[in-house]
Amino acid sequence: MTRELLKVLAFLEECLRFSPRSIVLTLISLVVVLALTWVLWIIFEGSASHLQTTFNPKSDNTESIHDLYMIVWVLSGFVMVGVLTLTMAFSLIFRERPGAPPAQQFHGNSRLEIIWTLIPIVIVVAIAIPSFQVILETEGDPPANSLEIVATGHQWWFEFEYPKENLITANELHIPVGQPVSIELRSDDVIHSFWIPQLVGKVDMVPGHNNHLWFTPYEPGEYYGQCAEYCGTSHANMRFRVIVETQEGYDAWVANQTNDALPAVGTEAQAGEKIATTLCAACHMIRGTSTNTAFAIKGPDLTHVGSRNHIAAVTMENNSENLAQWLKNPPGVKPGSRMPVLALSDEQISQLVAYLQELQ
Amino acid sequence: MSEAVTHAEHHTSTGVDNRMLMMWIFLASECLFFGSLISTYLIYQGESLVGPLPGELLNIPITSASTFVLLMSSVTMVLAVYGAQHKEFLMMKLNLLATIILGTIFLGFQVVEFTEFVHHGLLLSTNQFGSSFYLLTGLHGTHVGIGVIYLISLLIGSSRRNGLGKDAGLNLEIAGLYWHFVDIVWIVIFTIIYLIPS
Amino acid sequence: MATATTSMSQPHQKSGVWDWLTTVDHKKIGVLYGVSGFSFLLLGGIEALLIRTQLAVPNGTVLDAELYNQLFTMHALTMIFMAIMPMGASFFNYFIPLMIGARDVAFPRLNALSYWIFLSGALILTSSFIFGGAPDGGWFAYAPLSSEDYAVGRAMDFYTVGLVVLGLSSLMASLNFAVTIINMRAPGMTMMRLPVFMWMTIVVNFLLILSLPVITVALAQLYFDRNFATNFFSPAQGGDPILWQHLFWVFGHPEVYVLILPSMGIISEVLPVFSRKPLFGYAAIVFAGVAIAVLGFAVWSHHMFTTGLDTVPKIVFSASTMAIGVPTGIKIFNWLGTMYGGQIRFTTAMYFSVSFIALFTIGGISGVMHGSPPIDTQQQDTYFIVAHLHYVLFGGAIMGIFAGIYYWFPKMTGRFLNETLGKINFWLMFIGMNLTFFPMHFLGLSGMPRRVYTYDSGFGWDAWNMVATIGSYILAFGILIFLFNFFKTMRQEPTAGNNPWDGATLEWATSSPPPEHDFDVIPEVRDRDPLWYDRDNNIQQPEPPEENHIHLPPPSYMPLIMGFGVALIGIGALSHLAMTGLGVAVVIYSIWGWVLEPID
Repeated sequence: MTRELLKVLAFLEECLRFSPRSIVLTLISLVVVLALTWVLWIIFEGSASHLQTTFNPKSDNTESIHDLYMIVWVLSGFVMVGVLTLTMAFSLIFRERPGAPPAQQFHGNSRLEIIWTLIPIVIVVAIAIPSFQVILETEGDPPANSLEIVATGHQWWFEFEYPKENLITANELHIPVGQPVSIELRSDDVIHSFWIPQLVGKVDMVPGHNNHLWFTPYEPGEYYGQCAEYCGTSHANMRFRVIVETQEGYDAWVANQTNDALPAVGTEAQAGEKIATTLCAACHMIRGTSTNTAFAIKGPDLTHVGSRNHIAAVTMENNSENLAQWLKNPPGVKPGSRMPVLALSDEQISQLVAYLQELQ
Repeated sequence: MSEAVTHAEHHTSTGVDNRMLMMWIFLASECLFFGSLISTYLIYQGESLVGPLPGELLNIPITSASTFVLLMSSVTMVLAVYGAQHKEFLMMKLNLLATIILGTIFLGFQVVEFTEFVHHGLLLSTNQFGSSFYLLTGLHGTHVGIGVIYLISLLIGSSRRNGLGKDAGLNLEIAGLYWHFVDIVWIVIFTIIYLIPS
Repeated sequence: MATATTSMSQPHQKSGVWDWLTTVDHKKIGVLYGVSGFSFLLLGGIEALLIRTQLAVPNGTVLDAELYNQLFTMHALTMIFMAIMPMGASFFNYFIPLMIGARDVAFPRLNALSYWIFLSGALILTSSFIFGGAPDGGWFAYAPLSSEDYAVGRAMDFYTVGLVVLGLSSLMASLNFAVTIINMRAPGMTMMRLPVFMWMTIVVNFLLILSLPVITVALAQLYFDRNFATNFFSPAQGGDPILWQHLFWVFGHPEVYVLILPSMGIISEVLPVFSRKPLFGYAAIVFAGVAIAVLGFAVWSHHMFTTGLDTVPKIVFSASTMAIGVPTGIKIFNWLGTMYGGQIRFTTAMYFSVSFIALFTIGGISGVMHGSPPIDTQQQDTYFIVAHLHYVLFGGAIMGIFAGIYYWFPKMTGRFLNETLGKINFWLMFIGMNLTFFPMHFLGLSGMPRRVYTYDSGFGWDAWNMVATIGSYILAFGILIFLFNFFKTMRQEPTAGNNPWDGATLEWATSSPPPEHDFDVIPEVRDRDPLWYDRDNNIQQPEPPEENHIHLPPPSYMPLIMGFGVALIGIGALSHLAMTGLGVAVVIYSIWGWVLEPID
């Protein structure tokens, strides 16, 4: 007990080598920096509710990353507070003023230099080791019972194919909760990147390569994804949604999506069907209406386009007005769009809209 | 008296002439230059989707001959440098001329080889082999060509009234460095592209 | 004195436009680089303001997608290659001979040539805006987006040709500076007595010498893919877009150290002078700088963590990336150690230097974060990276450059930039910079990708984008204050003596500005801080002799002519190969003239 007390007293005596002025200014700097850090933390926590946040993990993959993130934030916080406090403190303590002691002419201090070489090494190792563990956890082979999906990036939309279920859709991915999903990533043209911040860290879609990722979603809901590799004019407009369904919801969705397109019912829709099967079929598959697969330019599969919540790679809600706007001038909505202006009359457009909305 | 002008006897911190030092450092950057080209070739080896393929076209006996010619040019270069350093200027000039001729013969071999390959249907655009082979050996040949011009200008300079002046030895040594480097790069290319795959 | 053996004339003017066009004086060339670099800083700044104005609100309509994509590409290219690097080159040019006690660089005409080739490359690249559009593939121009299939038109050819020309300029300058520092030091100036700024310069030169060839090969391959149907990067023919990324980043990563090390060198000079004590841990700072450069060649694939690399390379590159944090940390602590126990004069230069320590630390920390591959899968290609890079490049490199400008202004011009205006300049830049770039951390963490010309409302991004835009305008205003300060100061009479700041290094041993021959007598160096040593030990430098024959290289037309030839070669590669032929002819002519003209 006495030994401990003596140690504390010795330490305090060491500290008291520093003048009260120095101590006060250092404490002031510390308080200022901590206050700043606290404000930043508050803001940062607020972001956890944002739609595309990286701080609301809802899968095994993003949760592993999140845990690692916390370690790194804490370590980084220490370093930042330390360096900023010292920078501010030294600026205040050692500024020239009348009566200040002359500058101490030393060239270095081996003991200190060794200490502040070792501390960064320790910090860096503390970040590296868990990082490597998470790499091994989140990569490698997907579990055996994974749902297999092939995602292909195009300029500027996402194609999703479920090989075993025999269905193809675009821009809206449905998966069941609690089951691992293994996604093979391809690209039809340039490099894109597949990213769903709440569900899985991004992996690039590189033409000529087959990258893959896998994850298991924990909670049903609608999650936001976006292309995260600059891929040309409308990179900003290449977005997608992931709907994590309950098992029943997912099964129902699959059952619907695997059906061929229903024949048009209303008169407007029937007229639209005629246009679609002649004009649109050049680039878009509508299963059940044609067997053409040699597309001039490949566009999203439209077999169940009416069932999707959004159009134009999730840049517009799926309603008549937006559909009409798109059909009238695709490059006007999405600069550089591969879908050309088709010079349809307003009547033709409303017929097409009627048909597309029937493709549930 | 201090001068900003550089010449052979000017004092330097390392004792090495500025121009010589610069050639060494420049050759370091050239290592990275050819390294990138050779790496590209190696990465795409075996990746061509269509022919003609290296096995069909590369002619080791003939290329061995051109390699020998280039190696001999390094020998004559060494002799030219010796001549310059020992002020035996006839020896220097004759060997410079020999180096130039041998270098030109090497380039001639390259031209013939490229022409042959083109006749067999290998263009820059044909496949990975065409793209990476022509770029690598073409740029190497360009370096040899620049070297030949460099040596010709030294030869012309040495034929003028004052010759190459008191810097003759140094100038030849620096040119020799460049020439030997280009030769060594060729040895590496020959080994990697022609010899090892066979 | 050699007799003229050629009929080519040599310039005689000592002032006026022709003086500047034919100079081989390192100080004038330094000024040319500095003025050009700063002008391009302003251009890059305008490109940035346009970007920020477009992003101030969701679904902005200030710029269309095509123009935006050109602007973010050119903003990076302008800032990296035409602003920061030339401003660094400006200080290298002006101060290498002065700091090592020489009278000029090893190859004065090559020095001038480097500048004229730089100007050609910069003009070629920038002129793309009016010749069909600027490059719009990002400064990294990933294949296949940059290939002939997707980047139709000439914009990406301006990219390849412009960068090859700029790279040639940098390579020549680096060779020159490396030889100068290694070979032309004053008596007594051992390597371990070199100022830290000189050490950083040598390291930067070697980084460029070894990395520029790699990007030159990549650019040549891209040019050939686009124009001669080769298959280096096209997947359809068996090419691999990832090869482009490797080659690009083998250059690109050392390049970022090229951007930051000069500023680290500058503050290593400024902090001791205004703390009135020697630099803390000189040897450690030097070795740390060398270590950063060497390690800098071993980390490039950390830019590629999300491309589908195998697990083992990912771990290896992550380890090497983390390792670089250690020498960087050593430097930060040594700079703090320099301030500790000092009697600090807070001049404007000191403000910029101290802010470097804080701002660069923030940037460095975010960098270490993306060095962890799992974390990088959430941060890559988001505004978090934009925040990181601007903290290190603006908070680091630019703040360091401004420290250098305020510190060395009296030496270069004999005048002092106004301190009050300087402090206003500083605070506006400091506040503006933090307001612009700190919110970008939040934007990235909230999932905002980068390189997007617009974004939707409702994602939590609106407010921070607005704040960032406001910050950028404050920052711009700070730069305007600097310009005002500059022009106001230049109208005054020069009043500075040799050593107004009581500096330690050799440039302060001669007049302000120095005479054309730099030093009347080449100084003898006895210590790492030569002037402080001489002051404390009452050592006088010897008087210059009565008849002081100092021979300086004469001015020359050849660098200008050769630069013009190189420009023609570049322009020809973009239009008609006949122009390239003409350019080659001009270059050959100028080589002939160069070799034959007398230089004493």
